[in-house]
Amino acid sequence: MLEYLVRRIAWAVVTVITVSIVLFAILYAMPGDPIRMIIDPRMPPEMLEELKVRWGLDQPPHIQYFMWASRVLRGDFGTSIASRQPVILLIATRFPYTMALTLTALVVRYLVGVGVGLIVAVKRGGWLDSALVVSTVTLRSIPNFWLGIMLMLFFGVRLGWLPISGYDSPISLVLPVSSLALPWLADTMRLTRTEALEVMREDYVTTAHAKGVPHTRVLLKHVLRNALIPVTVMFFLSLPWLIGGSVVIESVFAWPGMGRLLWRSILAQDVPVVQGIVLIISVLTVVCNTLGDVVCAFLDPTIRAEYE
Amino acid sequence: MKALRSTFRRLMRNKFFAVGLVFFLVVFVVAIFADHLAPMSYRDMDVPNALQPPSREMPFGTDQFGRCVLSRVIYGSRIALWVGAVIVIIQTTIGIFMGLVAGFQGGYLDSIISYLTDVTWSMPVIVFALAIVMVLGPSLNNVIIAIAVVSWAQLARVVRSKTQSAKNKPYTEAARALGMSNTRLVLRHIFPNILSPIIVLTTLALPQAILATTALSFLGLGSQPPAPDWGVILNEGIDFIEFAPWISIFPGLAIVWTVLGFNLLGVGLRDILDPTLMD
Repeated sequence: MLEYLVRRIAWAVVTVITVSIVLFAILYAMPGDPIRMIIDPRMPPEMLEELKVRWGLDQPPHIQYFMWASRVLRGDFGTSIASRQPVILLIATRFPYTMALTLTALVVRYLVGVGVGLIVAVKRGGWLDSALVVSTVTLRSIPNFWLGIMLMLFFGVRLGWLPISGYDSPISLVLPVSSLALPWLADTMRLTRTEALEVMREDYVTTAHAKGVPHTRVLLKHVLRNALIPVTVMFFLSLPWLIGGSVVIESVFAWPGMGRLLWRSILAQDVPVVQGIVLIISVLTVVCNTLGDVVCAFLDPTIRAEYE
Repeated sequence: MKALRSTFRRLMRNKFFAVGLVFFLVVFVVAIFADHLAPMSYRDMDVPNALQPPSREMPFGTDQFGRCVLSRVIYGSRIALWVGAVIVIIQTTIGIFMGLVAGFQGGYLDSIISYLTDVTWSMPVIVFALAIVMVLGPSLNNVIIAIAVVSWAQLARVVRSKTQSAKNKPYTEAARALGMSNTRLVLRHIFPNILSPIIVLTTLALPQAILATTALSFLGLGSQPPAPDWGVILNEGIDFIEFAPWISIFPGLAIVWTVLGFNLLGVGLRDILDPTLMD
């Protein structure tokens, strides 16, 4: 187990470093002199050269990368070109909103998806399978931003029940969370049901039944635990997807989060902010993927056994 | 030819495939005959008739410049199909090339490509596409490039593992022992084995590509007005959501129709050709 953990974490670190190099290279290739976007165009050229030297912009790209990376490791993401504020401060004030949005969407998706999935697993029937496949495919074909606009139109504009933009109170979460969670709901139900049905056919479940263990206990102790392994892994793997989706959803609902900040910074070509946010989302993605694998290994005795 | 016809008959018995094919054909016909089907021009403005609700002459209503929303949605199908096809061609080419080389050659090339694939796989697609679009500048072509270069990893992985297993089959070894060249080996023995997953994954990647590009166009980073891109129409419509919701309703329905069609085709193809492929 320990060996697996160490290898997994080492791989995660390598991935983060590679992604940060790719990100740095992409933004380094950006046309135009970054310094001209920040300073007064009337500044004399000697001062410009002096500033370049002071900020290390005269160095070759790999040295600049190391300078950037070591600043980032110390928590210094630079200064926003548009607002002249420290990037870390801009991100820190918006990060909680994005987390509130994505984590609520994730929890809703799993409570409803896993719950309904388990309930319908007990009921058999081909029509149920078809219904779940059809709703999975249909829900996945709806662009989340359009779903958001339609929810906004119906529940916000027509019925006037729910706020349609910004954040005033937790009730503002309802529409953006629904737009993020709904497209994947049937997916989670189907996965849970398929897994549960598969586990119910296992020998140990038959054995438990034969031993006279009460039905509910078999369901909870044997079926649920094993059926939840892939579902749990999907829980971690889908967080990055939700954060990606939140960029669009936050823009629709004028949500004061990191995704909307990313969008506005891209339109304003505010490189330090974009660099910071993309890096943070990438690190989150790698951490979630790693957690997913580790949790899977922890829950699944067959993977654990390979390393013992 | 006979085998092809029997496969097609089997496919048509699959309800997902049959329904998906109908959905797709409708979009295809609309895109081809857009000039004949659209009642109006998609860009001629008629400001006195702005924001008119759906009527007999204008079935989908008019937008803020008095343009016919139906005509704009009809012409938008061309952009959607074009974008989907181009992205999928680029990403499939990269994916097949990477997967074949890694799986067939093995050794250090395999290590390098697998490493690249894993890293690409663990990058959040839309976020990296956004960063690339910022560097290249907002335009439809740049969005196509950005999405294609970050989304080839899944195909590369599948092609690599299928190539590896086909390479070690007795018939491949026999062909090699008979002195068959590598090119012929790949074409005759490896390629038929990886064809099914490629068809399935490509069909399922197309709707993803359309969703991603409309999202970026909606954010103002893809097609620019006055292009009748569905994402652009939605972007313009959101400002008028309270008094002209039809601008936002119809392009969205067009996206759902198109994406659903391809998704159904993909699911049907997967059921028939390669049921072991997971989503």
